[in-house]
Amino acid sequence: MDELKTTILEYVIDEYVEEDDDIEVDFETELISGGLVDSFSMVSLKRFLENKYKIQIPDADASPEAFDSVNSIAALVERFRNA
Amino acid sequence: MTYSTPIREGYRQELDAIREAGLFKQERSIHSPQSAGIRVEFPEGAPERDVINFCANNYLGLSSHPDVIAAAHAGLDARGYGMSSVRFICGTQDIHHQLERKLTEFLGTEDTLLFPSCMDANAGVFEAVLDAEDVMIADRLVHASIVDGMRLAPAVRDTYKHSDMKHLERKLQEHQDKRRRLIITDGVFSMDGDLAKLDEIVALARQYDAMVFVDDSHASGFIGRTGRGTHEHCGVFGEIDIITTTLGKGLGGASGGCVSGRAEIVEMCRQKARPYLFSNTVAPMIVAGTLKVLDLIFTDTSRRDKLEWNTGYWRQGLIDLGFDIKQGDSPIVPVMLYNAKLAQDVSRDLYDEGVYAIGFFFPVVPKAAARIRTQLSAAHDKEHLDQGLAAFAKVGAKHGILGLGKQEIIDRFGT
Repeated sequence: MDELKTTILEYVIDEYVEEDDDIEVDFETELISGGLVDSFSMVSLKRFLENKYKIQIPDADASPEAFDSVNSIAALVERFRNA
Repeated sequence: MTYSTPIREGYRQELDAIREAGLFKQERSIHSPQSAGIRVEFPEGAPERDVINFCANNYLGLSSHPDVIAAAHAGLDARGYGMSSVRFICGTQDIHHQLERKLTEFLGTEDTLLFPSCMDANAGVFEAVLDAEDVMIADRLVHASIVDGMRLAPAVRDTYKHSDMKHLERKLQEHQDKRRRLIITDGVFSMDGDLAKLDEIVALARQYDAMVFVDDSHASGFIGRTGRGTHEHCGVFGEIDIITTTLGKGLGGASGGCVSGRAEIVEMCRQKARPYLFSNTVAPMIVAGTLKVLDLIFTDTSRRDKLEWNTGYWRQGLIDLGFDIKQGDSPIVPVMLYNAKLAQDVSRDLYDEGVYAIGFFFPVVPKAAARIRTQLSAAHDKEHLDQGLAAFAKVGAKHGILGLGKQEIIDRFGT
């Protein structure tokens, strides 16, 4: 699980944190409600997870709540990996 | 009763929640034509007062220009009030085609199609020209109307970090398996006032076989040496595949917009873009007024030159006073305050000093990026700017923010 979270965290930092952003992102950082990731840009994260972990996340499950932190995203991925 | 008490109460609670979040928008009644100086009633019922307007998109000062008004009157007399039709049934007049040809020449494209607004142009264009085999790659700060338009299209969606060319290149590499790639950007970004790196974007598009889309609403008429837009400024005039722009800002300020670009793409919009197909034609007097606007600016750059001078004077004036502004070349000049309440307080105090400038804060701009967005116009005279700067100096001193940088403001006021 920690490896999964670390992979997701690295992607989030690389994909969403701008050069002049002076913010620290960890497993619990609020990504969407905190304003770092908007729901529109979330699509690339969903695509990354689906390709990386060979899963399909239905749009109904790809909610802003489910994508709001690395912890919740990892839980979502785990759920579909085990499905 | 269909509109039952629980339904009414539910909406009232939602509206209360918007108020409590500090996001409730209130209109201010203006009792004069749009110009550098306007007469405003705010709040409702308060005495009217004369203020200097620093928040209109009236970049060229043509919203109330006598020649434009006269041309609109003449158009009203000659072609009527409305067409009572969409374009393709019986809503196209000779002047609609005249305006489309003139915009094509002005923007340096192959063809143009009018829409009721640029919002409609952006809502319709992507669905009309892309399908599920294609990909749209947008700058993360594009206008909301582009986001809405992309949501309506079946193509794959992706985004790149604001003006980050390395990130865009990675995305272009990632999507080489798609049939068509469309890079999507604003020409001038409306909240920060910075310009897209169109020269670099066009170079990447060539390298990775992509098309380029630019919404130049905050540029058409004044950015670039002859005001053609961001593509002229960046040295890629004639090389943009799709330009959307509005007639509701620099180009007269009434309403209407267009898709302009490659002939086949414009024709696809004429055949398939739903806001074009299912919405009324642009009213004849607006078409006539916009034709006059283009006459005024086609070979005469004095208005955009004055706007450029005003912009430089205003930017330097704010810097000299000790404000923290977003650097750039456009007449959108954000004064950074970082704290939402501070932005609202400064806006209110400026109004008391006779300056109309609005605060923006999350979610319109990112958290900790609250600001007062000021916008210059060719209608502003130096006296307007000096009065505006005096008001900013007084209000800035009152809040103790003159000379403070980002971190110092955040340390004092929070985010």
